[in-house]
Amino acid sequence: MLITCPYCGPRDVSEFAYQGDGNRSRPDPSSTDLAAWNAYVYDRLNPAGAHNEIWQHAGGCRAHLAVVRDTLSHEISSVRFAREKGAPAHGRRKSGAKP
Amino acid sequence: MSPRRRPSGGRIDRLRTIRFTFDGTAFTGHQGDTLASALLANGVSLFGRSFKYHRPRGLLTAGVDEPNALVTVLRGDVREPNIPATMVEIHDGLVAVSQNRFPSLAYDVSAVNQLGGKVLSAGFYYKTFMGPVVGPLKGTRFWMLCEKIIRRAAGLGRAGHAPDTARYERMNAFCDVLVVGSGPAGLAAAREAAASGANVILAELDPQFGGSANWSGETIDGEPAAAWASDIVGELRDQANVRLLKRTTVWGYYDDNTLAAVERVSDHKASPAKGAPRHRHWTIRAGKVVLATGAFERPLVFPGNDRPGVVMASAAQRYANEFGVLPGDKVAVFTNNDSAYRSAVALNNAGATVATIVDVRAEISEECHTLARQCGAELIVGHAVTATEGGKKLTGIKLAPFTEAAGALSSGARSVEADCLLMSGGWSPTIHLASQAGARPLWDAELQAFLPPEAGKGWVGAGAFNGTFSTAQAIAEGFAAGRVAADLAMVEIGTLPDVEPAALDPRPAPVFEIRAKGKSFVDFQHDVTSDDVRLAHIEGFVSVEHLKRYTTLGMATDQGKGSNVPGLAIMAEALGKPIPEVGTTRFRPPYAPVSVGALAAERFGDLKPERLTPMHDWHLDNEATMYSAGLWFRPMIYGGPGETIEQAYVREARVTRETAGIVDVSTLGKIAVQGPDAAELLDRAYSNVFSTLPVGKARYGLMLREDGLVFDDGTTWRLGDNDFLMTTTTANAGKVMQHLEYFLDVVWPDLKVHLTSVTDQWAGAAIGGPKAREILAACVTGTKVDNEALPFMGIVHGEIAGAPVMICRLSFSGEMAFEVYSGAGHGIHVWEALIEAGQPFGMVPYGLEALGTMRIEKGHVTGAEIDGRTSARDLHLGWMLSRKKPFIGSAMMDREGLVASGRLELVGLVSLDNRPLSGGAHIVEDVDMDNPHGSLGHITAACFSPALEKYIALALVADGKARHGKRAHVSDPLRDRFGPVEIVSHHFFDPEGKRMHG
Amino acid sequence: MAEYSAFSLLRNALSGNRDWKPAWRKPSPKASYDVVVIGGGGHGLSTAYYLAKEHGITNVAVLEKGYLGSGNVGRNTTAVRSNYLLPQNTRFYEHSMKMWENLSHELNYNVMFSQRGVLNLAHTPGQLDDLARKGNAMRHLGVDADLMTPAQIGRRVPGLDMSQSARFPIYGGLIQESAGTARHDAVAWGYARGADRRGVDIIENCEVTGFLRDGDRVTGVTTSRGEIRAKKIAVAVAGSTGRVMQLAGIERMPIESHVLQAFVSESLKPFLDTVVTFGMGHFYVGQSDKGGLIYGGDLDGYNSYAQRGSLPIVEEVMSEMLALFPSLATVRVLRSWGGVCDMSMDGSPIIATGPLPGMYLNCGWCYGGFKATPASGFCFAHTIARDAPHELNAPFTLDRFSRGTVIDDKGQGPTPRMH
Repeated sequence: MLITCPYCGPRDVSEFAYQGDGNRSRPDPSSTDLAAWNAYVYDRLNPAGAHNEIWQHAGGCRAHLAVVRDTLSHEISSVRFAREKGAPAHGRRKSGAKP
Repeated sequence: MSPRRRPSGGRIDRLRTIRFTFDGTAFTGHQGDTLASALLANGVSLFGRSFKYHRPRGLLTAGVDEPNALVTVLRGDVREPNIPATMVEIHDGLVAVSQNRFPSLAYDVSAVNQLGGKVLSAGFYYKTFMGPVVGPLKGTRFWMLCEKIIRRAAGLGRAGHAPDTARYERMNAFCDVLVVGSGPAGLAAAREAAASGANVILAELDPQFGGSANWSGETIDGEPAAAWASDIVGELRDQANVRLLKRTTVWGYYDDNTLAAVERVSDHKASPAKGAPRHRHWTIRAGKVVLATGAFERPLVFPGNDRPGVVMASAAQRYANEFGVLPGDKVAVFTNNDSAYRSAVALNNAGATVATIVDVRAEISEECHTLARQCGAELIVGHAVTATEGGKKLTGIKLAPFTEAAGALSSGARSVEADCLLMSGGWSPTIHLASQAGARPLWDAELQAFLPPEAGKGWVGAGAFNGTFSTAQAIAEGFAAGRVAADLAMVEIGTLPDVEPAALDPRPAPVFEIRAKGKSFVDFQHDVTSDDVRLAHIEGFVSVEHLKRYTTLGMATDQGKGSNVPGLAIMAEALGKPIPEVGTTRFRPPYAPVSVGALAAERFGDLKPERLTPMHDWHLDNEATMYSAGLWFRPMIYGGPGETIEQAYVREARVTRETAGIVDVSTLGKIAVQGPDAAELLDRAYSNVFSTLPVGKARYGLMLREDGLVFDDGTTWRLGDNDFLMTTTTANAGKVMQHLEYFLDVVWPDLKVHLTSVTDQWAGAAIGGPKAREILAACVTGTKVDNEALPFMGIVHGEIAGAPVMICRLSFSGEMAFEVYSGAGHGIHVWEALIEAGQPFGMVPYGLEALGTMRIEKGHVTGAEIDGRTSARDLHLGWMLSRKKPFIGSAMMDREGLVASGRLELVGLVSLDNRPLSGGAHIVEDVDMDNPHGSLGHITAACFSPALEKYIALALVADGKARHGKRAHVSDPLRDRFGPVEIVSHHFFDPEGKRMHG
Repeated sequence: MAEYSAFSLLRNALSGNRDWKPAWRKPSPKASYDVVVIGGGGHGLSTAYYLAKEHGITNVAVLEKGYLGSGNVGRNTTAVRSNYLLPQNTRFYEHSMKMWENLSHELNYNVMFSQRGVLNLAHTPGQLDDLARKGNAMRHLGVDADLMTPAQIGRRVPGLDMSQSARFPIYGGLIQESAGTARHDAVAWGYARGADRRGVDIIENCEVTGFLRDGDRVTGVTTSRGEIRAKKIAVAVAGSTGRVMQLAGIERMPIESHVLQAFVSESLKPFLDTVVTFGMGHFYVGQSDKGGLIYGGDLDGYNSYAQRGSLPIVEEVMSEMLALFPSLATVRVLRSWGGVCDMSMDGSPIIATGPLPGMYLNCGWCYGGFKATPASGFCFAHTIARDAPHELNAPFTLDRFSRGTVIDDKGQGPTPRMH
């Protein structure tokens, strides 16, 4: 599997650390809604198909990436920096990408 | 030269004689021979024994699909089992032995299994060996007795115990086009892709490029096919954008066009060239893959089809044309298709007598009649072979009239003498890699074969892989595939190459099995017969996977390359369904077996890196016994002559508490936390508050996981308003870094903080004990270290041995202590300066054992207590849970299960029988040595305390705090240690902390 | 149907093996059942078997999407053990172990349970203490466990690198002698045959496509072979739990699906008489009766339903094997495959009523499901029949996460890929 890090370019999966389900939203830090916390900490969407997930380029720039990957085919349809909510980024900064 | 060897032709070099042994007998062969061809030339016909019945077996094939002729290659004590003789290139000094036989290949006692006959049918072992329900052999005992015998009879070659001394290496490669297979189609593809300037890798399984061109006997554009191939290879070799890999098995097709291949670099040599590995593991990332992997000829299933001397027609042709060896003198042929006629002609041209061609088809083409006449064979159409004759060597065959439509034999049987029977049951394209890439094969009723779908996302096929058996068409497909793969505009090839002789009709008759009396083998190695397949049908194991698993069809080392389709066909017939409805299995890596060593590559013998502190050599020079801690090495003790471990650590700890000791703490995780929001991040990450920490001070901090359990602890130093140095435990350094990075990058991207792992940048030495301050003062310049300049948890900067240092007064040992950090490059100088300064005071270096002893005495927690299941309260660290702010884990830490009674809590234990305690021992109220039960918890760490002069321990015990002052027992049945203890507070020593506060 | 025995083998051999009967029938689904079990793997089949045997509930269908046993029961590395740290797990798996010991007789089907021992290696004194903690925990629950010295290990497992110069020298180990291996497919087939003989309908190639609902209550399923109603619907589809629960409208579960690769070498004469696990990586190896070394390592580490692994893990696993057995470099890998594991949030399974009325859930087996097969079916059948858990599966609830009563044997917290 290759993940195209928007900063470093396409890199082998062994350079990345999986950080799990990217569909979870963390409750407000001061929230005392235990059900919401429980859902955030323990419940996972786990679809068979397109999956929003977080990967860290641990063996590279260490950025966290929001990746959409198909869990049946392992095909990746989009990658962007996790910190940039909502910005499309697959293949972005092509000039900086090294094959 | 042997009588079976032709005087000329093929890839062998007759001027170079090579000596080798097989089963202890010396043989000679020629450069270019495989073990199979060389032994065949020497008249050897018996090569192996089958798995279950130990039947004598000869060569069936000439390639990677060989099921019978498996040998063990010996290199000194190192054994390499289960290598097909067809894949072993001989070299001087090669030592090979046969397998799965006792006492010898010719006389194998286990051949008695054949008498078991129908009792040993498919799956028989599921129905018996269960043994008695009562008595001494009840339960699993009877089966385990039987299993011992079965295991000895099963298995093939024997693996050795001598470590392999060979070297393996890994290479990464990138290319625009990877061409797998170098037959005419592959060569055409590689040439076309390379001409465009694309980076091309051409991988060939065999030692010689060319594939079928090496043995087809065809001419291409007037030139012998082998010469045509070698011309193209010559052209490619001169191109800088082409890499040629022979002896290379492309075995795995992984995601995103990552392919794995193993190159057998040195197996064909007596010893590897200087610097060359035995095998090379290639990871190839290809833009596009051209699959030109050819096809396998399928056996026919009929009684006695496994007798030595029965060989695949194309394999016989290969032996004759490629190796100049005749597999027999008097040859018969049994076929359901045209291709075997060419093989017959090839054998005839090579000097064999082709006695008979038996064809199941009643009507055959005019070309076939011509070919039969050409080789002088008696052509018997509408017949089938119903038996083979001979013992361990074929002497003749029996045949009978056969009606294709009914699949039935009729009377009129006759015998034919032959010492070699060529068989051909049609061809199966080698679609394994495409299947690995997710392609679903499609059944082609014309070709009676599974073909790949049109093309995959990352690959394109050519030649026999596609079911294209005409060489001219295969070259045209290769040309087209090369252009597609290199991303070139599609153009027609122009004129097809002129290939002579013209291609024959590739369509076989749909005949897979001749049903007659006797064992007819489908899977040769595993002895799966057609009756076994039918038994599976009777018992309902009809899906292809059940068939495979129940009968072991296709599970042998040849992975069913020849047997899959015949097996499916027989099942389909039993079910009365067409073959594609029975299905085909999805192929998985590897395409052919590959060595474990190759895949481990340079990590063989070097599994993980070693992390060494800057003072590592000093420790070794000073008698340290090293302890492996994760990837790190740390001193356990600095043992004096004749000292036991306990004596050493007790001495080290005692001297430290009496005067001073020094310990290397460089392995602690260190993270620079910097930026305007650094304090805010720490407030969120730690359970206690850090924003109030003044510059120049350090604080002990506790981190929880999101689920509210303890994650890690350590001190964090405020070096400036926006500049912190966080320390973590050695074990969790990486995890804490990742944890903080995740929150910073994903959850709180608005925080302006930068994290840098600086574990390796700083060397650390902790010096503690009543004399520590004096020692430090004796060697540090540029700062005072008195109580005023350097109060508890204070930080100062100075110099030691000319190197800048940062000193923090904090204590793990409970003594007046200082952590001295310097740049890693200065670490050893600072350490030596501290050692020298300590000498007048009798300071000792101490290791992990003494460190552990002093922390146990103080009741400090480490990874043994922070085991991922304990809460802050369990460890009496509830006081560190700030109620003023939320932090990671604060929302979840009060769930009912985490505040319930009965949880394991940290306590101290004192041994009441004055005997040592051990980590991992359990605690019970009452000892029951015969039937241990009622565990209350366990010891996490134990030592002899020089401060208390007692054996003590830390433990996690249910409702521990409530048990202070109570008696309990250690119960350690594993080490046979039972005895009374007193449960006490975990603060054994100096609970008020007077010593460290000074 | 006839009993299997040496005698029946002989008798059938004499009649040319033509008189054997199908191991299980291939019935068409009925319109309704008392219990429908979704999932024809080991757990689903054993559940059906014990529903019939222990509770007399025989109007049961087992629905299997593909061929019977096509999931993890036929994709695991066949180890059977009960060497757990936490008592909830140890009790459950030890009960399973006791059932294994008699399973071939119980089913009249040789599942080839071979109690050849499972040896966990330790490479530091600290690791040995951790193993001692686990072993003592087992001993205090009546489960066998013993520490081994390096010398004992060297004798027991020739070929292991016992040298001190190894990167991670072997310092000791913990062995559970009663643990071992079994023939995985035989377990599925044996339970299938046993359930079938008690009247259970085993329906292959029957994919569940949706749930029939009456309000919250599930009342049946729609399948590729039509609607099937049932009073009780039991879900035992570990590996696909997320998918099936989504059909029931339950979007999120405390589960991630991960792929775990396994490998088998070419057949060898007996090389390894026990199952060995590495202490410095998630590696384990045993040898099948056919002679193949069966081994595996860590999860690939990302969500996947693809049953295919990645190359870095292959390399990792091979390296770990050679770190233990340097002579095996010349041995060749024959096959690899991937299984999809239901990785739960604490590494322990879920066997419970709910989460919807009429539904029963059995999932979250991580990579420990095979050895649990007998006890899982036994407890799940009890839970279904009585609408309440057996005491052995009482801790394995779905609400233990929100309640904070997790059963975290590895102490890794809610990071499924780490369990």
